[in-house]
Amino acid sequence: MTSESSIKSSIIKEYTGLTRKKLHVIIFLSLLLIFLAVLSASIGSADVSLKETYFAILERFFPDHFDVNPFAYTVIWELRLERVLMGVLAGSGLAIAGVVMQAILKNPLASPYTLGIASAASFGASLAIILGVGIVGGAHIIIANAFLFSMVAALLIYGFSLRKTSTETMILAGIAIMYLFTAMVASLQYVGEAEEVQEVVYWMFGSLGRANWSSHFPYGNIGIISIALGVTIPYLFLKSWDFNALGTGDETAKSLGVKVEWIRISCMFLAALITASIICFTGTIGFIGLVCPHITRMVIGSDHRFLLPGSCLTGAVLLLSADTLARVVVAPVILPVGIVTSFMGVPLFVYLLMRQRGGYW
Amino acid sequence: MKLKVKDLTFSYRSNPILDGVTLEIEPSELFAIVGPNGTGKTTLIKCIDAILKPTSGSTLLDGDDVSDLDTKDLAKRIGYVPQSAPRGSPITVFDAILMGRRPHIQWRVTEDDLDKVMEMVELLKIEELSLRAFDELSGGERQKVLIARALCQDPEVLLLDEPTSNLDIRHQLEVMKVMKMITKKHGILAIMAIHDLNLASRYADRIGMMYQGRIEAVGASQDVLTPENIRRVYGVEVSLINDGGKPYIIPIEPVEVKA
Repeated sequence: MTSESSIKSSIIKEYTGLTRKKLHVIIFLSLLLIFLAVLSASIGSADVSLKETYFAILERFFPDHFDVNPFAYTVIWELRLERVLMGVLAGSGLAIAGVVMQAILKNPLASPYTLGIASAASFGASLAIILGVGIVGGAHIIIANAFLFSMVAALLIYGFSLRKTSTETMILAGIAIMYLFTAMVASLQYVGEAEEVQEVVYWMFGSLGRANWSSHFPYGNIGIISIALGVTIPYLFLKSWDFNALGTGDETAKSLGVKVEWIRISCMFLAALITASIICFTGTIGFIGLVCPHITRMVIGSDHRFLLPGSCLTGAVLLLSADTLARVVVAPVILPVGIVTSFMGVPLFVYLLMRQRGGYW
Repeated sequence: MKLKVKDLTFSYRSNPILDGVTLEIEPSELFAIVGPNGTGKTTLIKCIDAILKPTSGSTLLDGDDVSDLDTKDLAKRIGYVPQSAPRGSPITVFDAILMGRRPHIQWRVTEDDLDKVMEMVELLKIEELSLRAFDELSGGERQKVLIARALCQDPEVLLLDEPTSNLDIRHQLEVMKVMKMITKKHGILAIMAIHDLNLASRYADRIGMMYQGRIEAVGASQDVLTPENIRRVYGVEVSLINDGGKPYIIPIEPVEVKA
């Protein structure tokens, strides 16, 4: 009897040990992200040391405690933190949108990019840039168009899901939507003027350079994205067990009390909303949403209680470090962040993929 | 806990799959559903657990209609063991079983949840598998894990969809023994769809024989598994051996059945 109960407690102990390891990865990633954020804010044409950056950031929250030179304070708060924050928000948002799509469609290829949401945004932006056509006119025409067309793509996918098709069919439909919008972007580029086409191409590279905040509602585009993430992410975290259960198959998930259709529809909508609210300001950054969930899954496993926050952090770390690199490699020229993200992320991804023994997913 | 299935029908694209199934199953009973391929055994099981919505008719758990119950409450009362689990991203056996606590868990896993998992691990004697990857297990090992998961829900009713179909004879016997023990010791009512008539004969308390969406015969194995019933339903000529009061079926040859 004693040996039996000791086997039992040793298994539980080992299991909780595994769980604690996942928690440690998340803590490590959080610290890494904070360090990277400060490092990134300290880099730029004006010379501000790492220490000055720390002090300048802390001064805002604990006034008159630090000896900060006002120039450094202005550079950090007026010029650089916007971009850093945008990197953190966009990286975590795109990554969680990717995990959620992969979970509800039970497919490793699902992401905002492969489901056509990103290319729909590109089409919306191109429509505004080349033809000047938009649902909302004025200064925000590109943003509004990009947002609205991503939601149109999401609606199309939603329409397919209403027909109770298989998740594979939904992925295929998403890919078809992607090709459709890509073709429409290409035809707009065909008729566009040279500089318009260049602007479209530049938009599609993705950039954190359009980040801004303001002191009044909705606090600039950083404020808008923060609100979108602040509302959706807690809900998605709460649904971790439902995502786990979906991995056992729809029928088992139902028998475990998951409202399968509702979760699939509502979370697809939220993931699309997150994606749309980010890429309408940044342009398409495709790679994060597909690959960050996989990188995280390979490291901490597929329990969504840890996978969701872990992917957010991985996404933020990857996008922020890519953008920092993009600013320094050939400074003062800033490379498009989308390109650097792929150059950095693909080797890491391939390395982790090759390291997996047997089948992954 | 008593389970009543009342006049259940289910149609798929106007094709009737279930055609008025009525059953009454007692507490602690191990009830086997047998019948040829495509007669609606799996559909019946899914309708009982409200995984599929029946076209008409109802399933009552101690008088409560399952379609009126909240999905989470239903999950606390009925556990479902699928025929197989899909391949997916890797999880440990422990996590796979812990999933059965989902109807009871808000977000945090408590000590009680972990203890419950271990209780089922011990019940099914799969201690040495518990921290291995679920995907690496053999068919028989997986089946035990899926049963452990369903038991973790603390259900009063367990539904199993052909739990022995991919297993070698040792694992078949083990699974049947475990099911017999669970029903008797824990008072759980179990309904299983099964192809192997001899396993059903030996272990089930009662057998329901299905044919074309209907229950053709229901009762003790010697009353249901008769050469006449088997010829009519399966179109197979058999001879029976008396195996300690229960029939043991030896198939002889397929025969033409007149409608």
